[in-house]
Amino acid sequence: MKNIIETANREGLSRIDNSQPFLVDIRFANEVLPGLHDFVIGHAGPPMDWEQMCGPMRGAILGAIKYEGWAAHDIEAEELAKSGKITFVSNHDLGAVGPMTGIITRSMPLFEVFNETFSNYSYCTINEGLGKVLRFGANDDEVVNRLKWIEVTLAPVLKNVLEMSGPVNLKVIMIQALAMGDEMHQRNIAASLLFARAIMKHLAKVDLLPEDRSRIVAFIMGNEQFFLNLGMAAAKAVMDSAHGIENSTMVTAMSRNGTSFGIRVSGLGDGWFEAPPDLPQGLYFPGFSEEDANLDMGDSAILECMGVGGFAMSSAPAVVRFVGAGTVIDAERYTREMFEISIGKSEKYFIPTLDFEGIPMGIDIRKVVETGILPVINTGIAHKQAGVGQVGAGVVRAPMECFIKALVCFGEKAR
Amino acid sequence: MDMTGINDLFDQPLVVVNVGLKIFHESLKTQGALCVHVDWRPPAGGDPKILEILEKLGS
Repeated sequence: MKNIIETANREGLSRIDNSQPFLVDIRFANEVLPGLHDFVIGHAGPPMDWEQMCGPMRGAILGAIKYEGWAAHDIEAEELAKSGKITFVSNHDLGAVGPMTGIITRSMPLFEVFNETFSNYSYCTINEGLGKVLRFGANDDEVVNRLKWIEVTLAPVLKNVLEMSGPVNLKVIMIQALAMGDEMHQRNIAASLLFARAIMKHLAKVDLLPEDRSRIVAFIMGNEQFFLNLGMAAAKAVMDSAHGIENSTMVTAMSRNGTSFGIRVSGLGDGWFEAPPDLPQGLYFPGFSEEDANLDMGDSAILECMGVGGFAMSSAPAVVRFVGAGTVIDAERYTREMFEISIGKSEKYFIPTLDFEGIPMGIDIRKVVETGILPVINTGIAHKQAGVGQVGAGVVRAPMECFIKALVCFGEKAR
Repeated sequence: MDMTGINDLFDQPLVVVNVGLKIFHESLKTQGALCVHVDWRPPAGGDPKILEILEKLGS
């Protein structure tokens, strides 16, 4: 059995490393996500109902309902959400991902990423910026109006830009950004600038009102996390290509809905192995503390599945301060620890500070359970109440129970 | 019981390899002993059922 699993896992590792994710288009969710029509809402993490949802998830859903015009105000939106008339769907089941609450509705424009090596697509929303935003559960007029601006003004322009630029190679940007001090989860400064460099000369040619051009440039250049959603879409396209390999014990998705943490395993189908999530340990914005924090949340841990984020912490010494993870030596320790639970090292994505070792790639459920070393995830922290938004950033571990459940299932299957 | 061997050991500077709980390593360090720590824990937390599965899956 060992040889069969090792062969399957090597195939998975090869698929991750050889994937070539390109940003190819901007598409509206109802055009490309199956079944995402009126009164259907995609969310981060494993599937769940309204009753199970945490505060920020509910807050974001109310915001999305108002954004779509299905209700005029919060009270009406909450009545609709509770009524059973809304269908809630896990983003992963739609072929998409979204950070934090991860809410996707029919009118939202999405980045369309194509994995050229394996001909599969993935989708992610456009990053709204930091602070009071829908993905962190905020939902007032400012949030909804910004979403409308993204849909009506920004998305058509980005689509036009991509028509001029052609596909943007996200793998090249991620490899360069790793060498420039990003880990692509909580630090995307270099990646965002590299992406901006790729599109700006085309954006300059789009026929636009001066005020629209100014706002678009300010929106993209003023958001150090703009690339986060592009990196997530890339990671989703990459990891989906490694899903469904018989006998592979590789984790192909880790995701959290704020109430439950779930993992998917390549050789175990589309089911989720779930456990309660932890509270991230980190730093809080002025005026907030751990008491305000919601449990771990978001589809963004897809990044750690492919070996960036917390796994590549050593690549981003500056991020350890932002996420309160200690010292530069601690950053190296995190990455070295992740080698222990990974199937191998990348031959394409390198960490300069580790003398150009490849990033740890492909989490093996067997190694997690055997060593007791849990995958480390860099993450934003949402306020636990609906409507507030982001209150900090930190580090969190995946819960062991998910990996034990998956391992037991694998053991039964292997009988 | 012949204690010569063990007494000889303590009559010279100790060099310790500590396996497992780091607190013992830290304690020896504060007492000035040379100590190397090995970060180790029982595989799968020592759970026999899980160890049986891991053995079957070739971990």
